[in-house]
Amino acid sequence: MTGTMNPSEVGVSIRTVTISIDDVDVKVPEGGTVLDGCKAAGIDTPTLCYSENLTPVNVCRVCVVELEGSRTLIPSCSRPAEEGMVIHTDSGRVRHSRKMVLEFLGSGVDLSQADDMNSWSEHYGADPDRYGPAAEKINEEVKIQDDLYIRDYDKCVLCYKCVEACGDDAQHTFAISVSGRGFAARISTEFDIALPDSACVYCGNCVAVCPTNALQFKTEWDLREAANWKPEEQTVTTTVCSYCGVGCNLEMHVQDNTIVKVTSPNDHSVTNGNLCIKGRFGWQYVQPTITTR
Amino acid sequence: MADLKFTDAVASSGERAAVEAVLGDERALVFEHPRLVRGGTRRRHRLRHMLLPALHALQNEAGWISKGGLNYVCEELQVPPAEAYGVASFYEMFRVDAAPNHDGPVTHVCIDGPCRAGSTEAIATVKAAGGHVHESPCLGQCERPTAVFIQGRRGPDMVAADADPFIRPQQDGTGLRLLQRLGVVDPNSLDSYREHGGYVALTKAITMGPDAVLAELSDSGLSGRGGAAFPTGFKWSAVRDAEGDTKHVVANCDESEPGTFKDRTIMENDPFSLIEAMTIAAVTTGSENGWIYIRGEYPLATARIENAIDQARSAGLLGDDVAGSGMTFDIEVRRGAGAYICGEETALFNSIEGFRGEPRNKPPFPTTHGLFNQPTAINNPETLLNVLPIVLEGAQDYRCIGTEGSPGTRLFCLSGAVSTPGTYEMPFGTTLRELLTLAGGVTGELQAVLLGGAAGSFVTAASLDMPLTLEDTRAAGTTLGSGVVMVFDTATDLTDMCTRIAEFFKNESCGQCVPCRVGAVRQHEMMVDLRSKNGVGLAPDKRQLHADMNSAMADASICGLGHTAGSAVASALALGLIGESS
Repeated sequence: MTGTMNPSEVGVSIRTVTISIDDVDVKVPEGGTVLDGCKAAGIDTPTLCYSENLTPVNVCRVCVVELEGSRTLIPSCSRPAEEGMVIHTDSGRVRHSRKMVLEFLGSGVDLSQADDMNSWSEHYGADPDRYGPAAEKINEEVKIQDDLYIRDYDKCVLCYKCVEACGDDAQHTFAISVSGRGFAARISTEFDIALPDSACVYCGNCVAVCPTNALQFKTEWDLREAANWKPEEQTVTTTVCSYCGVGCNLEMHVQDNTIVKVTSPNDHSVTNGNLCIKGRFGWQYVQPTITTR
Repeated sequence: MADLKFTDAVASSGERAAVEAVLGDERALVFEHPRLVRGGTRRRHRLRHMLLPALHALQNEAGWISKGGLNYVCEELQVPPAEAYGVASFYEMFRVDAAPNHDGPVTHVCIDGPCRAGSTEAIATVKAAGGHVHESPCLGQCERPTAVFIQGRRGPDMVAADADPFIRPQQDGTGLRLLQRLGVVDPNSLDSYREHGGYVALTKAITMGPDAVLAELSDSGLSGRGGAAFPTGFKWSAVRDAEGDTKHVVANCDESEPGTFKDRTIMENDPFSLIEAMTIAAVTTGSENGWIYIRGEYPLATARIENAIDQARSAGLLGDDVAGSGMTFDIEVRRGAGAYICGEETALFNSIEGFRGEPRNKPPFPTTHGLFNQPTAINNPETLLNVLPIVLEGAQDYRCIGTEGSPGTRLFCLSGAVSTPGTYEMPFGTTLRELLTLAGGVTGELQAVLLGGAAGSFVTAASLDMPLTLEDTRAAGTTLGSGVVMVFDTATDLTDMCTRIAEFFKNESCGQCVPCRVGAVRQHEMMVDLRSKNGVGLAPDKRQLHADMNSAMADASICGLGHTAGSAVASALALGLIGESS
C-alpha cells in the first residue's frame, strides 16, 4: 500500500440483497443470513445453538422459518439470504415445528435453568408433559472433577457450542467432542476421561457459551446447591484483566461482595466473549478469603 | 506440531503394526532430522481421511478401539483424541468400551424385516456355540434370511452365504439392461467383462465428448435411484460447470436402507460395470478422483470391487491416461463401519473425511461443495449403471422403456413373503401385482407391502394395481425410495414390525438435530407402549401426538433420515394396519 489513498476506496458500499420477511421487504448485506434479515426487520427469533461469535451449526432447529418454494423449513441462522427469497416466520408450519422442538427438548432435558427457552416454550405452547413420565431422559451424573466448573449433562441440549468454542471457533484445544450417536450422543473427552487428565486448558469458553447452564462455574453450582444463588442481587462490574497486556474486558459478577463468576462481552473487539484461565477463573487473589502466610 | 495432549496409554505392538500397514509411509509429522520436522495444518488435514481405515485396523486387531491404539493413531495423524473418540463411538462396528469379551470374531445377526422371524433362533445358536453376537440392523441380504455377517478378529470379515452361487431370478434375461450380465459374466475377470460388451460405452463416451454425453443424459430423463430421484444430467452438468481444479466422483454404495440389496447384487456380480460407469462420470464431469464408499458389512462386494479396480488399472482403464483419452482418473475404496446415516450423501463425505458421519446442511450442494468441500458428483450404483445403456443406445431408445415421467427400468428388491425373493429389473410402470407375480406370488395371505424401505410407507392389497412410477407413487402418497418391496403375510405381527422400524430410526439417528434425535425416541416409546397392548386401541390423543411428531420431523430435521423417520408408522396407522380399536 502506498501512502496516498484513492477516494473511491473510502466508504466501500456494501452490496445488499432484498428478501421479503412476513410481507415486508428487508435489505440484508450480501453474505448475511435470513436471521440477520429477521433481526433487521425487528422480528424476535428463538435461537439455541446460534451465537454471533460461533460458526452456525444449525442443529437445534428452533430458528426454522418457511421459505416459499422449499419443501422443508430452513434454519434461519445459517441460510444465506438470497435475492427474492420470500420468508414466513410465523406460519402454522413454523409455529408447529418450533413448538415441537421445544417440547422435545423439554421432555428429555432439564431446562430448569434455561430461562430464555422456557419463555419461548410458553410462547409456542409447548407441552413436554404429554410424553408421559416414562419418557426417556438423559440421566447422567453431574461431573464435578475440579474447583473451576461443573458439567451437568442432564441439562445438555447438544447445541455443539462448547465443542465449537473448544475447537476451531475459539480455543483450538479440542478437549471435547460429541461422542456416541442419537439420543445417546454426549459431549465427552476421549473415553470420557476426567477433565484434568484431558487436553482441557480451563479457559472456560465452553461455560461462557452454554445456553442451559449445563456447564457452570463451580462457585455458582455451590451457591445453587446451598439455595443461595441470587442473580437479582448480583452486580456486574466491567474491568480490564490485570494479568497481561492484551486488554481483555472482564465482567465480574458479584454477590454479597464476592466474585461469583466472570464473563466477557461477546461484542468486545479483543475477546469476542472468550477469555483464558487467568481472566476467567483467576480472581481469588482479590477475595477476602485468601490469607497471607 | 499441533498442540495435542495424550494420556499415558500405549498401543500394543500388534496395534502399531496394524495401523502402520494401513497408513504406509504417510504421516502427519515427519521427523527429517532433529532440526527439521515436516507437519502443519494442511498436511494434517490432507491425511485425516485415513482415520476411518486406521480405526478399522485397530478394531480388527484388538477387538475394540483401545485407549493406547487411539493414542497411536491420533499421534500419527495428528488428530485430537477427543475428536477421534467421537468418530470411533459413532459407528456400530467399532467398540470403545473395554468389555472383557473382545476375543474372537463378532457375529452380527439381522433383526429387521424378513430376518426378524428367524433372528431369535439364529442369535441363540451363535450364543450356544460361545460366540459373540451383535444384534444388527438390516444387513442387506434380505433375499436370504436370516442374514448373518461375521466381523473378523485378526482376520477377514465373512458372510457364509456369499459362498453360494448367484442365480439371477430373471433367468432368460430378456428386457434386462442393468442386470443383463449378472450371473453370466465372470465378476473376477476384465476379459470376461469385455467379452460381454464391457468398456464399449466408455470408448463411445470419450469419442462423443462431455457435452454430447451430458445432452444424452439430460434427454434420457435419468433420475437418481437412491431415493431422492434427482435428475442425473442436471447434477453432472453442475459438477462440470462448477469452479475448481479438483473434482470428485463418488459411488454411494453404503446401501443400508432396510430391505435394500440391489447394489450388493451388482457389485458382487458385475463390479466392472460400476467402475466403467464411474469412469464415464469422471471424463464427463472432469473429475480426477473416484471414491467408492461401501458399507462395512459387504466383504465380498468390497473384494470384487477392489479386484476390478486393480485389473482396470493394470489395463490402462484407470490411472494417468484413461483408455487413451489423456485424462486422469483413479478410484479409492472406503469401507463404512455400520451407520445407516452415512448413506446420506453429505454424511458420507464427512465419514470419508474422517469426521463423524453427520449430515451437513444444504445448500451448499455437493455439486459445488461436496467431498473435501470440492465439486462432487455422487450417485447410487443403480443410477450409474443406467449411464451405460444411455451412452450406448442414446436417450431416444432409452426412453422407449418406462413411462414419460419415469423413463427406463427400475431395480426392485423383493423380500419377505414371496416365493422367489431377489433383485428384479422391470420397466417403470410395472404394477405391484405384476411384480409380485414375477417373484412367484405371495406366500400366504397378503397383509401389506412396505414400499421404499423403513423410510418408505406401507401399502395394502388395494394398491396392487398401482403402476410403480415416480409420479404414481408420489400421487398415492407413497414412494419407491430405494426400490424396496418387502412383502408381509397375515402371519406377521405388524405392530412388532413397526416397533422395530421405530427402534431402527432411534438407533440410527446421528443425534445432531433435535426433531430427529428426540422425535425418533418418542415414536419408539409410543410403539413399545402400543405393542404392550397387543397393537390395538391407540388413543386419539396418541394419534395426534404421532401426527405432530411426524410433521415436525418431516419439516424441521436436517436430512432425509429425520424427514422420513415417521412415515412408515404413520402409513400403518392411516391404513389401520396397527392401533385400531380391538
